[in-house]
Amino acid sequence: MTIITILKHVPDAESRVHAKDGALDLSGATFVIDGMDEYGVEQALRMREAGLDAEVVALGYGPASTTQALRTALAMGADRAILLEGDELHDPLTVALALAAVVRDEAADLVFVGGKQADWDSAALGPALAEALAWAHVDWTTAFALEGDAFEAVHDVDDGSETLRGRLPVVVTTQQGLNEPRYPTLPNIMKAKRKPLDTRPADVGQELMVVTGHTGTERERRREMLEGDARSAAAELVRRLRGEAKVLREEGR
Amino acid sequence: MILIVAEHAHGAARKSAFELVAAGRALATASGSPLAALVIGADPSSVATELAGFVSDVHVVADPGLEPMRAEMATRAVVHAAETLGARVVLVAGSRSGQSYGPRVAMRLGGAYLEDVTDVSYEGSDVVAQRPTYLARISATVRSQAERVVVSVKLGALAVAPLADTTGRVHQLDVPFADEDRRLEPGPREAAAKGRVALEEADVVVCGGRGFGSSEAFERHVVGLADRLGAGVGATRAVVDAGWRPYGEQIGQTGKAVAPSLYLALAVSGAVQHLSGMNRSRVIVAVNKDADAPIFKVADYGIVGDVLEVVPALEEALAGRD
Repeated sequence: MTIITILKHVPDAESRVHAKDGALDLSGATFVIDGMDEYGVEQALRMREAGLDAEVVALGYGPASTTQALRTALAMGADRAILLEGDELHDPLTVALALAAVVRDEAADLVFVGGKQADWDSAALGPALAEALAWAHVDWTTAFALEGDAFEAVHDVDDGSETLRGRLPVVVTTQQGLNEPRYPTLPNIMKAKRKPLDTRPADVGQELMVVTGHTGTERERRREMLEGDARSAAAELVRRLRGEAKVLREEGR
Repeated sequence: MILIVAEHAHGAARKSAFELVAAGRALATASGSPLAALVIGADPSSVATELAGFVSDVHVVADPGLEPMRAEMATRAVVHAAETLGARVVLVAGSRSGQSYGPRVAMRLGGAYLEDVTDVSYEGSDVVAQRPTYLARISATVRSQAERVVVSVKLGALAVAPLADTTGRVHQLDVPFADEDRRLEPGPREAAAKGRVALEEADVVVCGGRGFGSSEAFERHVVGLADRLGAGVGATRAVVDAGWRPYGEQIGQTGKAVAPSLYLALAVSGAVQHLSGMNRSRVIVAVNKDADAPIFKVADYGIVGDVLEVVPALEEALAGRD
C-alpha cells in the first residue's frame, strides 16, 4: 500500500513574523518542516517498521523552498517525495483540491497531515482533503493502529477524547502525543539527497477566498511588576484585579 | 439567509451558540436577510426551544447518529439544511466539532471557508473576516469570493447575544443520510475535567507550568486556585508531556486557544507556541521565578517569585474578602 504524508514548510515558531502597512513581512523568518506534519511522517515509518508492507511518500505543497521540508522527511525515512509547487497564500480548500489529484494518482489508501498548519493556523486541510477524495477523516489523532484495512484511532474532541473505528481509505490529522518524531541521522541525510523528488506545478482552480491585508496582533499591556514579598505582592495583585482591572467577581460560581 | 449551527451539550446550547447568534444578527441586518438557527443531534428539542427565544426560525435535525458528533453526518445535515433553506452564509462554532465538519460543508456547497474568525461583517456583497495566522502573531483580513460562505467563529471571540423579544417557530427537517455518513464507528469516550467549566468557555483561566515540580503540587495549587475562582484549568506543553495533566488542558499551538477576561500564567515561561493560545486574553497575570521570562512582556501584572510561595499567598489574599 501507499501512505502519503502531507508536508508544509512554515516559519519557525521563534522567528520574527510581522506586518507593516497591511503587508506580511516574513523576511526575518527561518523556515522549517511544520512540527504538526512530522508526526505523520513518523507514524507512517513506525507502521512500516512494525511490518506493514508500505511505500511512504512525502507530498509537499508550497514554493520551491518546500523541498527542504521534503528532504527532511526523506532523511527521516520516507521513500520518495513529490512537491506541488504553488503560491503559499492559497486557502486550504484550494490546496486540498490540488493535493487530492495527487493522492488519487498515487492510489494511496492512507494520508497523514498535520492537525493545524503553523502558517495559516488552519485545521481545515485534513477535513477538506478527505471531502475532496470522498473519504472519511479522523482529526486531532493521538493514537492510530491498523490491522488489515481496519483501523482504530483515538482523537481529541471538544470535551475529551474518543475512539473511532473504520476502514481505509482515511485521512488522519496528526498532533502531539501520537508519537515522538525521530531526528534524521547524518548518514540518512546524505542518503536522502539521492532519493527521488519530483516537482510539478500545482493545478489550482478558481480561488474562493482572498487575503486582503495583515496586521500585527500585539496588544498594549500594562506590564506592571508588583514588588515586595510573596504576601504583599499577592495582596496587591488581588486589589488591582478587583479594583483597576475589574476581572474578579466577589461571588464564586 | 444567514444560518447558524448551534452546538449544545447536556440538553442546553453552548455559549458559542449565542456568540453565533450575535454574529448572525449583525450579518442579517447588514444584508437585509433573515436569520435562522439549525440544531442537530439525537434529540435536540430542548435546545431548539431555548434558541427560539433568540431566533425567529429554528430548524431541527434529529438522528441518533448525530451524537456523538460524526463529521460526515454533521456535514450531510448542515449541507442539506443550507441548500433547502437557501442559506448564503453558514456560521459554525470554531470548536473541534465545527472545525471538523466546517471545511467539508464549505467544499460540498462549492463555497468559501473563512476559518476561526475573530470578527465577521459584510463589505458590499462580500463577507469579510479577520482571522489569526502565523501562530496568532498576525491577523489576516480575508474576503469571500464565492456565492456561499461557511464561517467558523473562534470560541469566545464575540460577545453573546441578548435574548430577543420573540418566540421563534421550530421546524423539523428530514435529511437523507447516506450509509457512508456512518462509516466511522464511535467507541469509548473519555471526558476531560469532570464538572469543571469548559476551558474555551471559562471567564477565568488558571494555567500552570513545570515550575510546580510535581503533579501533586500542580493539583493542589493550580487546580485549587481554579476551583476557588470558578476558573478553567490550563497547562503548558511541558506539563502535558510530563503526564501531569491531559492533552485536553493544554494551551497553545497544539492545544486550545482561549481568550478569557483573566488569564493567570503560573510558572509559564511564555514560548511563542504558548502565547498563540492565550494572547487574546483581556487581562494577563504572570508569576515566574525568572524576571527575564518572555511571559512578562505580554503580562498586565507580573510578580517575580516562586509560585509555591505566591499561589498560597494569593489564596490567602482572595480568602480575605470571600
